[in-house]
Amino acid sequence: MSVLAPSPLARRRRLHDRLATAGMVVALAVTLAPLLWVLVFVAGQGLKYLGPQFLANNPPGNVSLGGGGFYNGIVGTVEIVGIATMLATPVGILAAVYLVEYGRGRLAAIVRFVTDVLVGVPTIVIGAFVYSFWVLRYGFSGFAGSIALAIVMVPIVVRSTEEMLKLVPDDLREAAYALGVPRWRTVLSVVLPSAAAGITTGVMLAVARAAGETAPLLLTTLGNDLFTEYNPSHRMSTLSLEIFGNAITGFQAAQGRAWAGALTLIGLVLGLTLIARIVSGRSDRALRRQ
Amino acid sequence: MSPGVVLERSPGRRRRRPGDQVFRSLTLAMGALVVLTLVGIAWFVLGAALPGIRHYGFASFLHERWAPSEATSAGHHPNPYGVVQFIYGTLVTSAVAMVIAVPVAIGVALFINEVAPPRLRRPLSATTDLLAAVPSVVYGFWALFALLPALRPVAGFCDNTLALLPVVGVVFKGPFFGFSYLAASIVLAIMILPIITAIVREVFATVPLDHKEAALALGATRWEMIRMAVLPYARNGIFGASFLGLARALGETIAVTMVIGNNVLGISASVLKPGATLASVIANEFTEANQPFHLPALFVVALWLLLITLVVNVVGRLVMNRGQRVPGGNL
Amino acid sequence: MIRGKSIGVVTALGVALLVSACGSTGSSTSGAPTTQAEVQGQEGSICGHGAAGAAAAPSGIAKLDGAAGSLSGAGSTFVNPIMTLWSSDFQKAQGAQVAYQSIGSGGGVQQTIAKTVDFGASDAPMKDDELARAGGDILHVPLVFGAVVPTYNLAGQTSGLKFTGEVLGQIFANKITKWNDPAITALNPDATLPDQAIAVVHRSDGSGTTDIWTDYLTKASPTWTTTLGGADKSHGKDVAWPTGIGGKGNEGVSGAVSQTPGALGYVELTYALSQKLPVGWVRNKAGAFIQPCIETVTAAATDAAVPADLRFSLTDGPGTNAYPITGTTWALVHQNQTDAGKAKALVNFFTWIMDQGQKEAPALNYAPLSADLQIKAVAQIRKIQLNGQPVARP
Repeated sequence: MSVLAPSPLARRRRLHDRLATAGMVVALAVTLAPLLWVLVFVAGQGLKYLGPQFLANNPPGNVSLGGGGFYNGIVGTVEIVGIATMLATPVGILAAVYLVEYGRGRLAAIVRFVTDVLVGVPTIVIGAFVYSFWVLRYGFSGFAGSIALAIVMVPIVVRSTEEMLKLVPDDLREAAYALGVPRWRTVLSVVLPSAAAGITTGVMLAVARAAGETAPLLLTTLGNDLFTEYNPSHRMSTLSLEIFGNAITGFQAAQGRAWAGALTLIGLVLGLTLIARIVSGRSDRALRRQ
Repeated sequence: MSPGVVLERSPGRRRRRPGDQVFRSLTLAMGALVVLTLVGIAWFVLGAALPGIRHYGFASFLHERWAPSEATSAGHHPNPYGVVQFIYGTLVTSAVAMVIAVPVAIGVALFINEVAPPRLRRPLSATTDLLAAVPSVVYGFWALFALLPALRPVAGFCDNTLALLPVVGVVFKGPFFGFSYLAASIVLAIMILPIITAIVREVFATVPLDHKEAALALGATRWEMIRMAVLPYARNGIFGASFLGLARALGETIAVTMVIGNNVLGISASVLKPGATLASVIANEFTEANQPFHLPALFVVALWLLLITLVVNVVGRLVMNRGQRVPGGNL
Repeated sequence: MIRGKSIGVVTALGVALLVSACGSTGSSTSGAPTTQAEVQGQEGSICGHGAAGAAAAPSGIAKLDGAAGSLSGAGSTFVNPIMTLWSSDFQKAQGAQVAYQSIGSGGGVQQTIAKTVDFGASDAPMKDDELARAGGDILHVPLVFGAVVPTYNLAGQTSGLKFTGEVLGQIFANKITKWNDPAITALNPDATLPDQAIAVVHRSDGSGTTDIWTDYLTKASPTWTTTLGGADKSHGKDVAWPTGIGGKGNEGVSGAVSQTPGALGYVELTYALSQKLPVGWVRNKAGAFIQPCIETVTAAATDAAVPADLRFSLTDGPGTNAYPITGTTWALVHQNQTDAGKAKALVNFFTWIMDQGQKEAPALNYAPLSADLQIKAVAQIRKIQLNGQPVARP
């Protein structure tokens, strides 16, 4: 037929194709716009106040006053998330080892399924659980927050570790067995090290997620607005709690601190995420090459 | 093929090594701990809710008025702790968020996988992933100061035009004060967008090349190829991804609490009005629940939240792919 | 016994002397925010004229040795600005850290009952059933007086819009929904009020500020009381708000008001002043529109009847200059303590508040307790026991 003059049908098809592509571009714009908006807005507000003074001081005694910073919150976040990481990492990695190296049948299927489900449990419910399970007995404390965050982190660590362990080639394992190395030592000294980079990535993503959490901490560590608390058996502040507490006030000075805190937290979390992705990109390729 | 299967061929060796037994038990214990955690959460939440359920009866929570101040330690009726408006708020904000986020996520995933030049794919997907890394409290804070003021003219327009429509008009009825279901929905949409995008992208990546090439070989345009080969193949995956995004939206707390307005007494048909969600009422009242049966009632709320998210999560995972793991679950 | 009694007398004498000596200094010594100065010039106001009762300094309990280095407290957001100032100055004075978390008075009561904190703070006295659940050994220690004020966000309006209890009651009962409602314009003939919806902002958490506010509305607004279904339902730390946006804490309410054009909320005075939010005047029982400030709060507290357990109400007082929505914050402490260090630290902290802390109140627009009440508060503090033995035996 007419190859030179396109038929109305062909024109309509091409039009649809272009419209669809345009729609996708719009979707991309709609996705990137809020990211840009949030980052630019938070950076714009946060940079007004972020500085050494902010990072090294606690909020002033009177919240309506300017000055001070979230040193106590930074200490709290590092410590609470640190303890949570120490709790969650061994549990998560060993559970993943169980799934990949030993697990089969019903039990493994249940563990796997529960891990998936646990990822989706709202963190506020985890906070309520830790409150009734721990806080009612021992009071609000940084450690209670660590327990809550560890529960948030464990399924993330299990899943990423499992994915990584699956990528470790069986040749490696069999080579070790052939040399008479027991299975547990094979796992510890051959399998886990070769997946180390990928596991680290998973742990870092979990850390990033935990560092940004606020809701469960409201119910477990409660906060400590004024003082730097290093003892996790006491109530502690965290960056996220300080941001929440200061953000909802109408005090301009408090809002200024909260913006600087938000920028700090974004920097921390995005930094961890980016590093994790870079590490994972490398390890993925390295493992796949093996 | 799982490595465990390979090793099954030499079972005789395992029994002779005590170290292996110990290590195996240890990993098994950690796996069991994960299961126990979920059981523990359900057990403790149920246990803490039980005094309230025993006192009032489970069904009596199913009305739309939450008035802790009217609780007395003796009275059973009426139950002042209605939770239906929270369930409504949770479902409506999440549903509106889905309506916004799912089409956009599909569009972005298609763009990255099918349209963008290959060298742009990685940076683009990494950038959309960054949306998931912004903490909830930061989204809430930003929404309070940037989104609410920006929404005011939009909502004013809705109130002046759409609200005049028959039947659906009530959905857009003002006055709009910023704090609203709508504001919460938009924040939720932004928060679940990267989650859905990431999963949908991985699903699209599993579409066999043969299918796509076959479509193109028949002379299909790119859009026709997507419609004929990609979307039908990925339909379950998109559905499952949406459910997983939904599960996340249902449980989101801090950002929603900051912008929804915390109206706990009843249901507003209008999305421009303040409301509350299951999660937001827990965050607001948990540490100060001092009325009779107030805390147990909040645990009833938590129980509902747990139930709804569990159901949505399980359905999402089952729909997605029987037997095969869902990709992108780390988000 | 005899020694204790004589010291009590000495204390009372000392207080009386100090009161007469300092009675005229008032709040002018304080670093009050500029807004306080700005409202001073307003006509017909006694605010800023130094009528406030100055802080007395009860002595009689020396700092107890062996006190714990930290205390955990939580509750009232009403008192949070001064409480954080107190805890930071108390740390400078005695080295102990009092970590106070502003979670709402409902939280203060709840966490005190649950014993998850060392002390709570609430602007509403604990009810009898709450006391029973706490084990019946709660001491109420009044800390400071303050005003709960209507605050708004209305283009072109500064402080001084006038309200009556009934009008506020109708607004919060959703009976008045526009700023130019005749009931409001009648009270404010000089103000141009827009045809704009009122965005009512109230608390989303259990709140003593709410308790004070609704205590007043219940006394002053029949519409409010009947709409809520009677006096037992219209007054409390939580009420079933017929309308509005919920903010978490005084912080959240003031934040929501400053964010929302057309908003009307209620907060403790210092929250409004330090955020430069406009403050409304409220008509008192004597029929005068009263600007909330230290002097009018003090006036409201003067004639209050104080029962032995110190659970009193200051709202809708009879004084000519009394600001009608006045309240106090109580520290809630278990009389029977089990940890020696904590018990001593509690005595030290609250004694210090009565002694040094009261002087800091005017700077944040709180009114110090009257001398009489300070003595009664100290007597409460001295009831704290360690396993049945008083810790504060001098």
